Amino acid sequence: MKTDLLSLARHLRPRHLLLALIFGAGAWATVLRFTRGLGASTNLSDQFPWGIWIGFDVLCGVMLAAGGFSLMAAVHIFHAERFQPIVRPALLTAFLGYLLVVFALFFDLGRGDRIWHPLIMWNPHSVMFEVGWCVMLYTTVLALEFAPIVFEKLRLERPQRWLRALSLPIVIAGVILSTLHQSSLGSLYLIMYGKLHPLWYSPLLPVFFFLSALVIGMAMTIVESSLSARNLGHSLKTPLIVDLGRIMTVLLAMYAVLRAQDLYHRGAWREAFRWGYESSFFWLEIMLALLLPFVLLSFRRVRKSANGLYLVSVLIVAGFITNRLNVAITGMEASAGVRYVPKWTEVAVTISIVAAGILIFAWATKHLHIFHEEPAAAAAHLGAVPAAHAAD
Amino acid sequence: MKALLYDATLCIGCKQCEQACASENHLAYDDKVAAQETTSAYKYTAVVQRGEAYMRRICMHCEDPTCASVCPVGALTKTALGPVTYDGDKCMGCRYCMAACPFGVPKYEWDKLDPRVRKCSLCEKRVSAGGVTACTEACPTAATKFGDRDALLAEAHERIKAEPGKYQPVVFGEHEVGGTSVLMLSGAPFATFDMRTSFNEELPILTYRVLSRIPDFVGLGTVLLAGTWWITKRREEVAAAEEKEKTHED
Ligand code: SF4
Ligand code: SF4
Ligand code: SF4
Repeated sequence: MKTDLLSLARHLRPRHLLLALIFGAGAWATVLRFTRGLGASTNLSDQFPWGIWIGFDVLCGVMLAAGGFSLMAAVHIFHAERFQPIVRPALLTAFLGYLLVVFALFFDLGRGDRIWHPLIMWNPHSVMFEVGWCVMLYTTVLALEFAPIVFEKLRLERPQRWLRALSLPIVIAGVILSTLHQSSLGSLYLIMYGKLHPLWYSPLLPVFFFLSALVIGMAMTIVESSLSARNLGHSLKTPLIVDLGRIMTVLLAMYAVLRAQDLYHRGAWREAFRWGYESSFFWLEIMLALLLPFVLLSFRRVRKSANGLYLVSVLIVAGFITNRLNVAITGMEASAGVRYVPKWTEVAVTISIVAAGILIFAWATKHLHIFHEEPAAAAAHLGAVPAAHAAD
Repeated sequence: MKALLYDATLCIGCKQCEQACASENHLAYDDKVAAQETTSAYKYTAVVQRGEAYMRRICMHCEDPTCASVCPVGALTKTALGPVTYDGDKCMGCRYCMAACPFGVPKYEWDKLDPRVRKCSLCEKRVSAGGVTACTEACPTAATKFGDRDALLAEAHERIKAEPGKYQPVVFGEHEVGGTSVLMLSGAPFATFDMRTSFNEELPILTYRVLSRIPDFVGLGTVLLAGTWWITKRREEVAAAEEKEKTHED
């Protein structure tokens, strides 16, 4: 017993302490949320009914999960087979992301026990209704897309074969649902006409949300591949990363041009150059998401190196997180007439969810075949039974 | 279509409407609540004072209500008579109605574990039984009146025409967000109370324009994606076949 404790203590690292702290706070916040209600556990109010649980957990969560559908489309629809090796990490992120978003919804919904209501109570005029359905359907699709990875681990042959037969419709459904869903998170705010600050309110919101989700899909895949390469010690496929970086740059440039044109046509640039609360957050967003990345990408060395692209991707991810938070929070404060700063409980829940996401991701990459070629798929082409995997 | 006409120039700030509303809806009402100038889950209407002028805060019962259009489960409904009602058994508490209502009307029971959205119902029960709202009944100066919207609107314009110096030249609610079932007249500029006149867009159309394209998108998208799959696959097969031929020739 004593030696057990000793060896346990010896294995403790600062990061374990940090994790214990995070999950401790998260657990306490959860208790408060479900025993004292939304009012006592958040800084939300009648004036400001949506906070970081919507702004970060949902809007950013879904955005960060966008790599799944874009890479699935690239590989299985456009037959860009060279991206095959990074489909799985992207798929894992997407699946995890959506599960966590659904989990987070139970905190934010006033009546989480009725989360299924949109199934039978329909209002197709509501964007939220569409969002609800997309989340449900796409989470199912992701489960189906992810299942082969689990079946492969469990050596379940038959269900693997069934899913493979269905794979094209599943992939198409996934791409359509994500496109709808990523853009409809922007559409949610179309009705906030006169409420959302003109720096962010635009009839093009759905387009912006969709385009930026594509960019983030690429960026997240680069970030994950780099981090996992470092942690798992497998080799990083630099040419692939460079290819991804190229696509990301083009999409980002499209986004930048559209956004600039939109601000110009709506006469909102004036707002950007008026010093104030909103404009500072606007420039923070633009700096992180567009200006710095483009400056860095103008160097050949950055464009061609995995490390450089990793740095750029981190900036872009941070920039678009700022963008989503600006839409959900910064841009809504003036019309609400209040400043919203999340309560510690809100932050604790959010950080715990992020931490859980990272832990599960790390666990899955260790125990499932995420960062490898797909031996099962390759073998299937030959009609052979996949060989036992040597990894682990 | 029924409506409520509130003439601020007749209002004496006695707050009888607040009190009547509270007892009609079984809300606790005391001096502390009376002093609040905002509505809440425990106060569906509030009388606001700016200088000498008064104004009522209340759900506007929009003709094309934003709240009803955004609610994913259809908990909010515009009834044929005029009231916009709420069904607490459907609501899942997403609070989109609160975020979206252009007048900031829906309020939430933040301190409850099974919270509901709360707002004025235009006394739907009384009204559908042919009666008038409790706040109308209680008003000692007839500053709040209930009746047919068309008749009230005509009356409002007549009042403005009869005493143009006394009134602002608009009936708030005639055109705002496409028209509402609550009409308001005021001596002081509506901006005094942060009310935007000439905010005439019907908001639900903004999202409906996008939503209505979804079926087309799904159909077209599926065909495009399947087509792309087929074409790129075909190209690969051709490439593979050519490759094979080449090796044969060698
Ligand atoms: S004022 Fe707001 S809550 Fe009332 S009907 Fe209009 S949109 Fe709905
Ligand atoms: S909070 Fe309730 S009533 Fe309001 S939009 Fe959501 S489900 Fe509908
Ligand atoms: S109409 Fe009824 S619910 Fe609305 S404010 Fe008047 S008394 Fe209250």
